Amino acid sequence: MNKWQDNRAWFLVMPLLLIVALSAIIPLIMVVNTSVQDIFGPGNRVFVGTEWFEEVLSDRRLHDALRRQLTFSGLVLLIEIPLGVAIALAMPKRGWGVSVSLVVLALPLVIPWNVIGTIWIIFTRPDIGLLGVLVNGLGIQFDHTAAALDAWVSVMLMEVWHWTPLVALLAYAGLRAIPDAYYQAARIDGASAWAVFRHIQLPKMRGVLMIAVLLRFMDSFLIYAEPFVLTGGGPGNSTTFLSTYLVKLAVGQSAPGPAAAFSLIYFLIVLPICLVFYQALQNVGTGDKR
Amino acid sequence: MRPRKGTIGLILYFLLLLLPIYWMFNISLRTNADILNEFALYPADPTFANYMKIFTDPAWYSGYINSIAYVAMNVLISLSVALPAAYAFSRYRFLGDKHMFFWLLANRMAPPAVFLLPFLQLYSTFGLIDTHIAVALAHCLFTVPLAVWILEGFMSGVPREIDETAYLDGYGFPRFFLTIFVPLIRSGIGVTAFFCFMFSWVELLLARALTDTVAKPIAATMTQTVGATGLDWGLLAAAGVLTIVPGALVIWFVRDYMAKGFALGRV
Repeated sequence: MNKWQDNRAWFLVMPLLLIVALSAIIPLIMVVNTSVQDIFGPGNRVFVGTEWFEEVLSDRRLHDALRRQLTFSGLVLLIEIPLGVAIALAMPKRGWGVSVSLVVLALPLVIPWNVIGTIWIIFTRPDIGLLGVLVNGLGIQFDHTAAALDAWVSVMLMEVWHWTPLVALLAYAGLRAIPDAYYQAARIDGASAWAVFRHIQLPKMRGVLMIAVLLRFMDSFLIYAEPFVLTGGGPGNSTTFLSTYLVKLAVGQSAPGPAAAFSLIYFLIVLPICLVFYQALQNVGTGDKR
Repeated sequence: MRPRKGTIGLILYFLLLLLPIYWMFNISLRTNADILNEFALYPADPTFANYMKIFTDPAWYSGYINSIAYVAMNVLISLSVALPAAYAFSRYRFLGDKHMFFWLLANRMAPPAVFLLPFLQLYSTFGLIDTHIAVALAHCLFTVPLAVWILEGFMSGVPREIDETAYLDGYGFPRFFLTIFVPLIRSGIGVTAFFCFMFSWVELLLARALTDTVAKPIAATMTQTVGATGLDWGLLAAAGVLTIVPGALVIWFVRDYMAKGFALGRV
């Protein structure tokens, strides 16, 4: 890939910069501003240095939220990636089945996130929900508004239901890109289905799977609306994740300083993962050319 | 034997996937008294009363119009700024191009909650709170980077010889771009529009914070019913079903291109 060297290309990027200035650059500068000041009102502010950062970093509730967040994102990857790959492998390769599968899989992805929460409230409630009534009918007490474990099970089920299709779609796209010649060679060698998977499909899917892992990790790390609607972060704080806590902090408190400091710390945790993602994306690009 | 076992598993999975949606649909076709009184797997006496209420009450249906308005604006803005920028990234090397690209990616991955407070401050300074354009601009935070990557992927698939030939034939950049290049990548533009639509349509944290009454999205109208005493489950479910419809329609139209967008791994 040799591109033309020309700094005038910046003119083509200008309109984008203008929009992004309003949607990202200026807001980010404002966060930095707020994070080092104590604001009492318009025109009445004091520079406080790293005070907010120290306060936030020693906040027990933040530590708890971070621990819950990491557990949550870890579980998400452990469940969704294998399941997504299995679904992709089972999907039809041609005919009308492909269209139907794609449409069904994409359906959960275009439902507004808080409606996802609403769907799962209606589905899991012990009085009107199919799942709630069914499980309680089996003699197991299940109520996600009362028990922490039940809340976790509900949130995980919802998350897996919501996002496994994305992993499946990515894996399916990766599978489609494998040339038929590989399968023909495997057939001539009499390779078993497992061998085909282990030595052809899995290595060929490496690029998209890397992206799936990173995307799911990042997006589950930023999750807010779905668990908030379903459990409101409770019972207690048992399903309060990082974003849930940040919004609580930002909306509930008079001083915006701690929320801004937390925002920056949050952003800094995300940034290195982002860098790995960027590298992976570049590799997928070159992998296709070879 | 193996493919058949897989197919059965797949059908089972699809049934499980559709079950919660079916359940909401089932609830939406019943009156609230009926829902709370008896548990039924399907509506014995289906009623469209909940849907009629939504279609006749402006407090409900204006939510849909608001959502569609800011999503449409967002798709238009995102596409119009991302098209030239993606062309620059796919064809030219320039000072700071890699940094700019990475920074855009970082924006896509930024927690929207981080931007909540500054958006509120910034847009209230400009008097934009409770307007469609405020939400559309805020959503550009993640839709613009998304649009740039997807378009860049599609554009890199077009051989550079086409550009060179056109310039030799005396085309200027604007004319070449609009009359030759854009039509060449129109499927890519379709895929991009779909993903911008999708991410703007499903986001609510920012959309709700930046609106009050005039531009309130439908999903926010729904959350305000939650928590009120005497919650009307049937109405809530009907509103939920109606939020799925536009998405389902769009998927149906782009289903063949969708896989291509995913193949680039740039969602």
